[in-house]
Amino acid sequence: MNSTTGLVMSNITHHFGRTQVVDDVSLSIAPGELLCLLGPSGCGKTTTLRIAAGLEVPSAGTVVLNGTEVSGPHAQLPPESRHVGFLFQDYALFPHLRVRGNVEFGLAGKPAAERRARAEEMLDQVGMADYAESWPHQLSGGQQQRVALARALAPNPGLMLLDEPFSGLDKRLRDQVRDETLHVLKRNRVSTLMVTHDPEEAMFMADRVAVMRQGRIVQMDQPQTLYNQPADPFVASFFGEVNVFDAAIADGMAQTPLGPFAASLNGAGKAQVLIRPEGISLDPAGGAEGIVLAARLLGRVSLVHLRVEHPTLPAHHLHARLASRALPAEGERIRITVDPSQVFIFPAA
Amino acid sequence: MPAYPHKHNGYKAPLPWLVAVLALAALVALPVLVVTANLLVPSGDVWTHLAATVLGSYIGNSLLLMAGVGTGVAIGGVGTAWLVTMCRFRLSRVLEWALLLPMAMPAYVVAYTYTDLLDYSGPLQSVLRAVFGWSSARDYWFPDIRSLGGAIAVMVMVLYPYVYILARAAFLEQSVCVLEASRTLGRGPWRAFGQVALPLARASIIAGIALALMETLNDFGTVQYFAVDTFTTGIYRTWLGMGQPIAAAQLGAVLMIFVAALIVMERLSRGGAKSHHTTSRYRRLPQIPLTGWRGGLALGFSLLPVLLGFVVPALVLAGWTLQVGLENSFGGDFSRLAGNSLILAVIAGMTAVAVALVLAYAQRLHPRPLIRFAVRIASLGYAVPGSVIAVGILVPLVAADRALAHGIESWTGRSPGLLMTGTIFALVYAYLVRFLAVSTNSIEASLAKVTPSLEAAARTLGCGTVTALRRVHIPMIRGSLLSAALLVFVDVMKELPATLIMRPFNFDTLATRTFTLASDERLADAGAPALAIVLVGLVPVLLLSRAIAKSRPGESE
Repeated sequence: MNSTTGLVMSNITHHFGRTQVVDDVSLSIAPGELLCLLGPSGCGKTTTLRIAAGLEVPSAGTVVLNGTEVSGPHAQLPPESRHVGFLFQDYALFPHLRVRGNVEFGLAGKPAAERRARAEEMLDQVGMADYAESWPHQLSGGQQQRVALARALAPNPGLMLLDEPFSGLDKRLRDQVRDETLHVLKRNRVSTLMVTHDPEEAMFMADRVAVMRQGRIVQMDQPQTLYNQPADPFVASFFGEVNVFDAAIADGMAQTPLGPFAASLNGAGKAQVLIRPEGISLDPAGGAEGIVLAARLLGRVSLVHLRVEHPTLPAHHLHARLASRALPAEGERIRITVDPSQVFIFPAA
Repeated sequence: MPAYPHKHNGYKAPLPWLVAVLALAALVALPVLVVTANLLVPSGDVWTHLAATVLGSYIGNSLLLMAGVGTGVAIGGVGTAWLVTMCRFRLSRVLEWALLLPMAMPAYVVAYTYTDLLDYSGPLQSVLRAVFGWSSARDYWFPDIRSLGGAIAVMVMVLYPYVYILARAAFLEQSVCVLEASRTLGRGPWRAFGQVALPLARASIIAGIALALMETLNDFGTVQYFAVDTFTTGIYRTWLGMGQPIAAAQLGAVLMIFVAALIVMERLSRGGAKSHHTTSRYRRLPQIPLTGWRGGLALGFSLLPVLLGFVVPALVLAGWTLQVGLENSFGGDFSRLAGNSLILAVIAGMTAVAVALVLAYAQRLHPRPLIRFAVRIASLGYAVPGSVIAVGILVPLVAADRALAHGIESWTGRSPGLLMTGTIFALVYAYLVRFLAVSTNSIEASLAKVTPSLEAAARTLGCGTVTALRRVHIPMIRGSLLSAALLVFVDVMKELPATLIMRPFNFDTLATRTFTLASDERLADAGAPALAIVLVGLVPVLLLSRAIAKSRPGESE
């Protein structure tokens, strides 16, 4: 971690009173890269973001921004000296300034003509050029979000920090604004650290994702790696519902009601087997059999509730997501097969 | 891995903020400390003399005054608050804000007007004599307004709104959560009031009474005029009449014991008042319609305080002004008096707002115990009587002036006299101590409009703390800054004891002139300056009543 551009956070630890909220977090963001901090609420991701901005001073650790130490033993730069852009969950537009005034806010000290030109350029980029003279309270949530993005980007920050920036928008608008935001950030080639609790959003936005739990980074990698090779049951289950089995390991195989799966765990013992519902499909030649308890069409996929039985193991209730949108009848006996790449085996906790 | 000591958001309070807050708090706390410290200074015969002669009657009168005013404001404030919030009768919506009007009346002005109305030669007794054919005071009994009882009556008339405001707010808050529940459990509306509403509002009511009693202890004009010996008149007499600053300060220190008890009472009950919200859901209050004799009774009970505390005194003032003639009333030195009042009030208002802004903003930036404590200390002056503050400022100021003069004399060979004592500077300092809480409370509350993320947005967009204050906070709370300045402005216009003791030689304000004219039994001449004070005092009362009319939960939906 000796890059001279982008953001490098090393061994960041932070306490609020006696509670440790960030525990030895290290991460780096390359120039133009978008890194997502993903985790449940209270996992310390927002605090990490605020430490990067200088809004909190970490208990320990260093923050290096574009080659300059901004937090650490040698320096403690206040937020106004860090040249970062921050997009807040509630947008935090100044209610006493018009849209133009908001976007020009961070350009103080520049000549008026330059300020105006830059504000117009940014408003144009986010598609809000027609609203320069509006007041924030006259805008919808999506419009406020766009103005906030323009305002944060206007001073050309060395780092963008996004705190749950889409959580205030309804689902349909969120998808659209997310897409636009990603393009604006990429067009401006700005390093970005974003916080979210929504795995789908993280996978949509991020070049890399860091999954946080209880103040620590559990796994940090490209989205597809996290999805396909989760480091532990927490990461695996965070990206969506999973079927969980407690299994015994015998001969290097975990024994489940759906059959044995190769476990690369050392020796014999107990294992936890996680199978994604989308890894289960109908197959007349499949090795396991289940009774359909219920089947529902969810749009692009159908969800089938199954009861699988095994001669020696206890019966198990599991969910299968079928891309075929097949809807087997209730009570029907069906045969299923499991995609081994959607099966994750971890030592039992 | 280097470790830093943890402090809130981690930044140490920059030294300038810390120094500013501590210095301001010390400055404001100084007068009280001086007065209290004087308890330890031996003052010899004067104090022994005071203790042996008048101290007993000061304490007795003050206790009786507090008991009477406390009972009166409780009955008047709670009764009217209950009627206008829970019942509907003729004029009840108008009365809801009109009940605030007496706040615009300084107690001493009310005292003057009723003295004129109820005196032997006044209209009421003259009419009685004419009707019943009495010829002299020996033929009938009539209560003497210039008495302890009269002082209690006058203060109840103008101080009950403190209880009314807080009790009304408490009744409105609890309405939906519990009152309906108690009704469904079989309590009639009147028993619900006694068993549920009143106990729940008790903390707010006690806080209101404590505030009214603080004003009672602060009062000088009424008790002086009615010749009721209390601490404030005693301090005034000992200081100006007997020229005994130490003894005056010691009287002030004894008075502070009463004040401290009230502060504790208010703080404790306010703390209790916080736990009251069991729900944040409001609905339109179900009001009990009162008609017939019940409606008449409710109207009479609620209208009486407005009539007695505002309408009658205002009419008397207007009558005096007309009697003297508009030309005489507002000619002569009226404009000079008004100018003096205006200058003092404007300077004090602006200073109080500036200081309060520094305190409130520093507390927000660095909410740590030391700064919080300093801000609380700086806001305690609202409880301290003006006469105590005056003595607490003058004692050290005179000493400092003497030392300064002595130093200059030994240097230049000429004495410059007292440089600071008896200046507007000293007077503004006293106003600041007494009224800082007024502006601090209002600014603290309005700073909540600037959310933490707005503050963080300003910071990440390149503003330092001072720039953020200038570019975000001040523009966002401009209205509240103005109204805070206005509240202080009006309080300064009305203020009497500190102004009397500390004013520069030959410097008169509307309030001091009203007082001296009344003391010289030239009541009619006092009409114009008193009327001016009341008119100015109406402005914040009207603003407050507009806010109150809008503050009915559920009404705006």
